[in-house]
Amino acid sequence: MSSVDATGLAHHFEDLEQQRESATLGMWAFLITEIMFFGGLFGAYVVYRTMYPEAWDNGSRELDVFLGAVNTTVLIGSSLTMALAVRCAAKGNNKQVAGFTLLTMVLGFVFLGVKVIEYKAKYDHHLIPGPGFMYGGHAGGHEQIFFALYFTMTGMHAFHMIIGAGLMIWVILRALKNSYTPQNHTHVEMIGLYWHFVDIVWIFLFPLLYLLGRHGHAIGAATGGHH
Amino acid sequence: MSSTVQTHAPHAHSPHEHSGVAHAAEPKTNYLTANYGWKSWVFSVDHKRIALMYLFTIAFMILVGGVFALLVRLELATPAGDLLQSENYNKIFTMHGVVMVFFFLIPGVPAVLGNFLLPIMIGAKDLAFPKINLLSYYVFLVGILLTLTAAAMGGVDTGWTFYTPYSSTYANSQVALAAVAVFITGFSSILTGLNFVVTVHKMRAPGMTWFRLPLFVWANYATGLIILLSTPVVAITIVLVALERLFHIGVFDPAYGGDPVLFQHMFWFYSHPAVYIMILPAMGVISELIAAFSKKRVFGYPVVAFSSLAIAVIGFFVWGHHMFVSGQSTYAGVVFSVITMLVAVPSAIKVFNWVSTMYKGDVLLSTPMCYAIAFLGLFTVGGLTGIFLGTMGLDIHMHDTYFVVAHFHYVMVGGMVTAFWGGLHFWWPKMFGRMYPEAIGRVAAALMFIGFNMTFFPQFILGYMGMPRRYHFYPEEWQVLNLVSTLGATLLGISYLLPMIYLPWSLKFGKVAGKNPWGAKGLEWEADSPPTTFNFDKTPIVTEEAYAYPEGARHQPEAKVV
Repeated sequence: MSSVDATGLAHHFEDLEQQRESATLGMWAFLITEIMFFGGLFGAYVVYRTMYPEAWDNGSRELDVFLGAVNTTVLIGSSLTMALAVRCAAKGNNKQVAGFTLLTMVLGFVFLGVKVIEYKAKYDHHLIPGPGFMYGGHAGGHEQIFFALYFTMTGMHAFHMIIGAGLMIWVILRALKNSYTPQNHTHVEMIGLYWHFVDIVWIFLFPLLYLLGRHGHAIGAATGGHH
Repeated sequence: MSSTVQTHAPHAHSPHEHSGVAHAAEPKTNYLTANYGWKSWVFSVDHKRIALMYLFTIAFMILVGGVFALLVRLELATPAGDLLQSENYNKIFTMHGVVMVFFFLIPGVPAVLGNFLLPIMIGAKDLAFPKINLLSYYVFLVGILLTLTAAAMGGVDTGWTFYTPYSSTYANSQVALAAVAVFITGFSSILTGLNFVVTVHKMRAPGMTWFRLPLFVWANYATGLIILLSTPVVAITIVLVALERLFHIGVFDPAYGGDPVLFQHMFWFYSHPAVYIMILPAMGVISELIAAFSKKRVFGYPVVAFSSLAIAVIGFFVWGHHMFVSGQSTYAGVVFSVITMLVAVPSAIKVFNWVSTMYKGDVLLSTPMCYAIAFLGLFTVGGLTGIFLGTMGLDIHMHDTYFVVAHFHYVMVGGMVTAFWGGLHFWWPKMFGRMYPEAIGRVAAALMFIGFNMTFFPQFILGYMGMPRRYHFYPEEWQVLNLVSTLGATLLGISYLLPMIYLPWSLKFGKVAGKNPWGAKGLEWEADSPPTTFNFDKTPIVTEEAYAYPEGARHQPEAKVV
């Protein structure tokens, strides 16, 4: 019953304009839910940062600011390639859509790979929250809360990137079938919006987790996690 | 009546049909007869079929939640804890709360009546995202299956609020599974809300301006906004509880500096607005019923429309009134108390405007109107006792007593459930093309009103006298009131079972309903009963405001007989 005609117009819309506007509004509404989803974590971050400023400084210093900065660059670059893919779709240039989307995906996986290296380092330093957590040779410090939020926030962010990469496979397959036209390329635009959102979340995560606490007063022995 | 729609003759062709049998001489098909077979239902993207799948699923969940309620009331019939042990009693009231809140109160009106009616009321062929609508149903179904699995594997004993650190650290029951179920169900809710918001913005028929929208649409739109802004917050909260429970990350565990009160803030940031997710669509139903059965335009239409938005906005800033005794700061408590008083204003505006609509109208006491009038009384009692509880000083006395239990049942059951039954009766002829039996319908409505008050009014008194909630035994001097409550609950259960019997009966034996059995205004009454797959043969063009009843409009004389 859900029929789509040759121009890509679904049965229940009057014209492509209405279909495109609906999809765009739907995507923005979805991104608002995403802001609230991450907003809960940012709220918890603010509460605990206020309660335990020292632990926050200590935790922040355990993070690898160099790898974080590299990842920030990689992700901003991937937003550029995504924007270029949308632009090519608007021109109906399907080959370049596939190319730029693939490039975006590759950059996404570079980001995730760096994240794996960082997570591994935390594991080696016993900074995974839970019964095995140790900071400065002691278990059960408030630094554990910092790392609980660090892993939840960056983990949720990474999860969103994996979903984005999955959607990009779909875009690439459609582009290879020449499905995008200047009149109808809404899919690419919507996935572009989603990817930029994921990028922006990281733009907030990086300073909040890696940068803000680095210049606080150093207390407690570092576990040697600096690079 | 001045029709705003140019419809084809009954035998007009239906361009969407692929069955190959749509000859001009055949009777016109509707959404129920358009195609047959289980695949045409389980893969249907028709908003009306999805609404029916939701209806049957939710009806089943009402029965499940009702069985748990029955067990609670049976246990409380006697002062001693004789039917259930404490642990089992905890699980029974938790499952009652979880099932009723997440699988009936929240989706009841929007996913059933909203899904069915919203596109028709604005003159659209479907919701903006039909496939997402179907997805929302299956996500809902997965949530149900996981919840029932959790119940079968031993249940949950935390209460539906999943308070930490009990839920995250100490509870020895299926908390993780139930939490995942609630998390998944939340996405079903988000998808429905998103669909409604976009549909109202982008799918309105020509001439259907914002201030010509039926108030039911306004109410569902406001509900959609609340869902979009609040449900994701409980989703991430549940993620944190699950991580805490599975990996002991410490985020809500005081042993590591985690703050259980933060959980309460995050939980109620969703769960208080969720109260408005439950009641706003019900209020939309009441606006429709009262206008149709008073034959008058809703008094102060724009104010009622905006009061829905006002409730949606203010409802986001009152969550702390659940936490007056939780260790939240007194100053925060004072602010939350004041804002709680404010949210009563738009609710009261609605009640006053409904009563004013009835004033000098031709009020017809048909079954839906009986439910609507019951709603006015019960919701008002529920709302006013909410003011008691929003008063910080008084709440310290009333907190966690049966006064609270009675209050939210008056709002939720007396409000939302009453409106659900009223709306279901009102639009039943539209959904299935048959009338329900009127006489027994009124009996069921009256029985509901009596049974409801018998069940919950004594609980106000018990709570005022200090009977705490969530205990399965109590001093003997409270037995009389508890027994009245249990007897009332029995009547209430019967009054809910009656429509579950006579409504299906009417599908075969009910009087065939025409397009507009009530002589009511609104695009849904200009579509066929049942509507065709795409609702209208031709996109309607709207030329008048909602509820444009002429001055001094009367019901048809034959409507008054019965």
